[in-house]
Amino acid sequence: MTHAGSSQFQPRSSSPIQPPARPGGGPMGGPPGMLRGGEKAHDFKGTMSKLLRYLAPYKWSFVIVVIFAVAATIFTIVGPKILGKATTKLFEGVMAQISGTGSGFDFVGIGNILLLVGGLYIVSAGFSLIQGWILNNVSMKVTYGFRKEISEKINRLPLRYFDSTNQGEVLSRVTNDVDTVSQTLNQSMTQIISSVITMLGVLVMMLSISWIMTLITLIILPLSTIFIRFIVKRSQKYFKQQQDYLGHVNGHVEEMFSGHIVMKAFNGEKRSVEEFNKLNNTLYGSAWKSQFLSGLMMPVMNFIGNLGYVASAILGGWLAFRGMITVGDIQAFIQYIRSFTQPITQIANISNTLQQTAAAAERVFEFLQEEEELPETPNPLLPTTVSGHVEFRHVRFGYLPEKTIIKDFSADIQPGQKIAIVGPTGAGKTTMVKLLMRFYDIQGGAILLDGHDIREFTREGLRDKFGMVLQDAWLYNASIMENIRYGNLNASDEDVIRAAKTANVDHFIRTLPDGYNMILDEETSNISQGQKQLLTIARAVLSDPKILILDEATSSVDTRTEVLIQKAMDSLMHNRTSFIIAHRLSTIRNADRILVMNNGDIVEQGSHEELLAKGGFYANLYNSQFEEADLY
Amino acid sequence: MLRMFKFLKPYWISVLAVIALLFVQAMSELSLPNYMSDIVNVGIQQGGVENAVPQAVRTSQMEKLTMFMTGEERQLVLGAYTLVDQSSPDYSRLVKRYPLLESEAVYVLNDLTAEQIDTLNPVIGKALLIVSTIDNLAANPEKATAMAGQFGFDLSKLPPGTDAFSLLKSLPAEQFAAMKSAIDQKFASIDNSMITQSAAAAVRAEYVAVGGSEASLQTAYVLRIGGIMLLFTLLIAVCVILISLLSSRIAAGVARDMRREVFTKVESFSKTEFEGFSTASLITRSTNDITQIQGMIVMSLRMVFFAPMMGIGAIIRAVQNSPSMTWIIGLGVVVLLSLIVTVFSIALPKFQRVQKLIDRLNLVTRENLSGLMVIRAFNTQKFELERFDKANQDLTGNMLFIGRVMVTVSPLMTFIMSGLQLLIIWVGGHLVANSVIQVGDMMAFLQYAMHVVFSFLMISLMFIILPRAFVSLRRVSEVLEVEPAIKDPEHPKTFDERLRGQVEFRNVSFRYPGAEENVLCNISFTARPGETTAIIGSTGSGKSTVVNLIPRFFDVTEGSVLVDGRDVREVSQSDLRDRIGYIPQRGMLFSGTVESNLRYADENATPEELQKAVEIAQASEFIAGMEGGMSAPISQGGTNVSGGQKQRLAIARALVKKPPIYIFDDALSALDFKTDAALRRALKKETENSTMIIVTQRVSTIRNAEQIIVIDEGQIVGKGTHNELMDTCETYREMVSSQLSREELIS
Repeated sequence: MTHAGSSQFQPRSSSPIQPPARPGGGPMGGPPGMLRGGEKAHDFKGTMSKLLRYLAPYKWSFVIVVIFAVAATIFTIVGPKILGKATTKLFEGVMAQISGTGSGFDFVGIGNILLLVGGLYIVSAGFSLIQGWILNNVSMKVTYGFRKEISEKINRLPLRYFDSTNQGEVLSRVTNDVDTVSQTLNQSMTQIISSVITMLGVLVMMLSISWIMTLITLIILPLSTIFIRFIVKRSQKYFKQQQDYLGHVNGHVEEMFSGHIVMKAFNGEKRSVEEFNKLNNTLYGSAWKSQFLSGLMMPVMNFIGNLGYVASAILGGWLAFRGMITVGDIQAFIQYIRSFTQPITQIANISNTLQQTAAAAERVFEFLQEEEELPETPNPLLPTTVSGHVEFRHVRFGYLPEKTIIKDFSADIQPGQKIAIVGPTGAGKTTMVKLLMRFYDIQGGAILLDGHDIREFTREGLRDKFGMVLQDAWLYNASIMENIRYGNLNASDEDVIRAAKTANVDHFIRTLPDGYNMILDEETSNISQGQKQLLTIARAVLSDPKILILDEATSSVDTRTEVLIQKAMDSLMHNRTSFIIAHRLSTIRNADRILVMNNGDIVEQGSHEELLAKGGFYANLYNSQFEEADLY
Repeated sequence: MLRMFKFLKPYWISVLAVIALLFVQAMSELSLPNYMSDIVNVGIQQGGVENAVPQAVRTSQMEKLTMFMTGEERQLVLGAYTLVDQSSPDYSRLVKRYPLLESEAVYVLNDLTAEQIDTLNPVIGKALLIVSTIDNLAANPEKATAMAGQFGFDLSKLPPGTDAFSLLKSLPAEQFAAMKSAIDQKFASIDNSMITQSAAAAVRAEYVAVGGSEASLQTAYVLRIGGIMLLFTLLIAVCVILISLLSSRIAAGVARDMRREVFTKVESFSKTEFEGFSTASLITRSTNDITQIQGMIVMSLRMVFFAPMMGIGAIIRAVQNSPSMTWIIGLGVVVLLSLIVTVFSIALPKFQRVQKLIDRLNLVTRENLSGLMVIRAFNTQKFELERFDKANQDLTGNMLFIGRVMVTVSPLMTFIMSGLQLLIIWVGGHLVANSVIQVGDMMAFLQYAMHVVFSFLMISLMFIILPRAFVSLRRVSEVLEVEPAIKDPEHPKTFDERLRGQVEFRNVSFRYPGAEENVLCNISFTARPGETTAIIGSTGSGKSTVVNLIPRFFDVTEGSVLVDGRDVREVSQSDLRDRIGYIPQRGMLFSGTVESNLRYADENATPEELQKAVEIAQASEFIAGMEGGMSAPISQGGTNVSGGQKQRLAIARALVKKPPIYIFDDALSALDFKTDAALRRALKKETENSTMIIVTQRVSTIRNAEQIIVIDEGQIVGKGTHNELMDTCETYREMVSSQLSREELIS
């Protein structure tokens, strides 16, 4: 009787505790997922089948999940119907009491029904628990696996890939996209299953009661669909607008805050605020509209649901009068209607959820399928030591195959020689480094190490022979000790300290709060750029390479540190073949050979004197700094 | 924190409206269950019969009914009905409803109030029950025997064909009275709704007897109650829509106002306040935090008021309904709350770690990406994979735990709710059996109990969610509470136009607010128009701070900075900055085009002026090479041009302004020697009458400056030309020797 169990039908999604918001989700947070939309996979089918193949190892888990989810849902559907019998018995008891007939209240019967329903609920809860537990495990495993694969992929991709892809994009795949897929697996899947099963189950129950009434009820469907479509379409428009303008506002904020000083210096305050207000006001308009429209869904769907409720009550009464249906059936039917309308909205979400998931999965798969570095040679040379003899033989190279920048470069560098690479800003001085260490493969000619083409080594074996100190001092979030040890992971603490001493950085490290154990992170402000570079030198010292690649400091290093760096570099270069991206005249002049670069190509090479005598690009470059003196 | 309420002030009418609408919604929601159960109970089960008072009664039936009433009751009942026959004025209207009127007179119910019906209900109901029971028994003699004891009279002993009622009429008065009192006793324990339910069939039969249609009775009822129900849902829908409309507008409006205030505030910040926060944190505060607050406002407008309203409303109704079961609600709330508290005390630490672990994973990934070359150079891919794996495992483990808590809690909660229902039915059933409450009451109680428990759930969730939003609120109000230290004077003075660009430092000392030591100490010098004044020093010497004092990015702690004879604090900031062309250390460009960036200095500059500035800044060549030339797009932060190009554009921008004072804040270091030299040569010609102040570490840049000021640890350690300083200043000599080799010094 009545709707004793109507709140049973709360679909799982409306469970009061929501899991933590997905990181990087829609910033407005408010509107339900369906309204976000707007994102579509290019190849929905292909991606989905890929995803399914990816999930294949877990297929038995999924089978269990589906069975249990179906069972749990069915029990929740059946529960109220049985519970209704308890109320009926109660009612009969009352009737008996009135008429004085019968044995009064059948509490044994009622108790049995309650126990039965209670048991059903326990089983149902148990099923959803097991099902949720399995799904949670699977989705976490998948998430973990995706992330792991991406991280491995990063290390296998050629550097070329990252020239055209920005870091943020890759980063967003590791977190946001993987997370979207995981969320779908973890939550949306249960939701989808339970919504569909609830709807189907309820439909079956309703059909078994009366097909005419079911038919009438089904009129709700198109009505709701039309409405949902309408709302989604309208609100998506505003939602997109809101996202766009939120982006504009955030962009303006970011830009103005990072250019605060310039803005101030050029009296741009008023202009900036005016521009901001314009954007902000537009954002306001779309923000409230999208929020409002998404808020419409619930009350209107409720109203439509109630419409169906009343309609079937009337129809039911009429049918009952004709004797085509019993009163108890109408009661049950009406209850089912209440739970029929709830999953509709959710099912409407499914396609959006799937689209989003496909788009995210597609990006992940795309990344995982990027072309990797050329495979290593099958029979690599594995020399334990090399002399450091490097030869460039008619090297041809371009970052883009069709755009050659190094056309035909040859040079023979003897062990222990110092090579200075010079050229104006942006001339492509690090290109040489990238070629030598085989971050990029050349397109013609050969680079030889000790007479062997560097492609005959494994990349690891080759790079093992090199040490590198770049101007952009890359350190990672760990202690100073660990950062220096990065040069040779097997080194002992003593080795690390010895290397630090060689790099003239030991004293400085010991003045820091935790000494060698101080953790370096993004907020580390008491270590200057120059000091960081000293640490990278120590790191290179520890790796004890045969060939060195150094990028000299230019600005932003104070004089005293620069002297220290210079000394450290000098001792590091001792007895090693070195390539130095040189800024200091003394380095350049002391070099055995100078490679002069411009616009990516090597335009001249030779010693300082030779090049000056030549009177070409280098001479011009060199003299430019003294020109001023000539003016006066 | 309280000042945050001022943001709601402009919307107070809307807020009040929302609260009122929420109240209407809550009340409607609470009354909805009654109508729904009415449709089932009365509409379906009782065939639309609401009470035991028939709309029309046959005269013969009325006679039977009145037999079992006291004189008083009889009077009451007969007063409520009008005997209608063909001569009655309403005949033509009523005959349609009760076709029986054509053949005989019928008692038709007058228009009565609800209370009158309530009084009549037990009286007629009882009589109807007795009459129908007797009818029933007469038809089934075998049952009658069983009930003989109760009535004190065995109807089965009647000879067949005898009318039971005429027999009863002929009974002796005492015997009839005894029988009646026995029946009355029987009815004493039965309440009205039960009588109604039992009498419904008799009422329906009577309705049919007078010629009415049973189906139309039911349809009419369902339509009426359904109509009311739909009206309520419509009311709820309208309320929710209005609430949604108002709260979206309030939230978006507050967010807009807040964003505007924060942005305007930050734009008014001097460098001191700006550096008190990090740029990233200021950006988050003016974007994400406010978005969070917007979400929170929507939620709290809907939930903070609604949940307690529903909860309290439901409690009141539940207690009114069946006070004896209130304890079950209490039990439910206690069990659920303790579940929530337990879960959150277990899961909260894990929840709090989530963001940290995600950040950690991002950090490692970012490091992997930014250190691609280093990682490969040192062959530490494997090490990095392990590091990533560790972060990945930590995150996965944590999420796994949270996920498990969630999948456990959710069915548990559903189960508690269901258990609560079963308990209510069990306990309620016994109360029904003892006639303390009725079945309908129990059903209603069930609904209210669920409402109460849900409200408590909502409220406890709010206690978990709101504090998080308060963090955002606090972060925003922190920004708003900062008072910019640098303000325009109330009566700004104007510049003396005769002096064009003279900058003088008089015993200037500066320390950052809250710092222990001075960054600059007793700095005095004068930079004159037509001369280049160079400030040189190593990193951290304070040389940049010196020039930041001129455009008043900071205010001096002691002494004064004078521009054209005026203390910079006496003139308006905009007047002051109009006289200065500032080129920052890092070339900072805005999104737009090359031209829009140049015009940032002067919107009315002619194309020729722009071209000239570009040429001096040695930028014309690369601009010509860019697609679109001057209208080539510049992306945010100028990421699509190189560092050197950015710097040259920043210089060109300052040149467009044509100010009397130029400040190069270490702006030339990003250029190579050649460009640096060419630029300075072009600049020298163009800015003959301007005051040039150049901050640098590069000796070659400033060798020919009229005045070189050497700063070390915040103090001037040397002042003079290159040659003078080479003789007198040890620090300068050190600096020079580290940068230029000996031969160059001689040459």
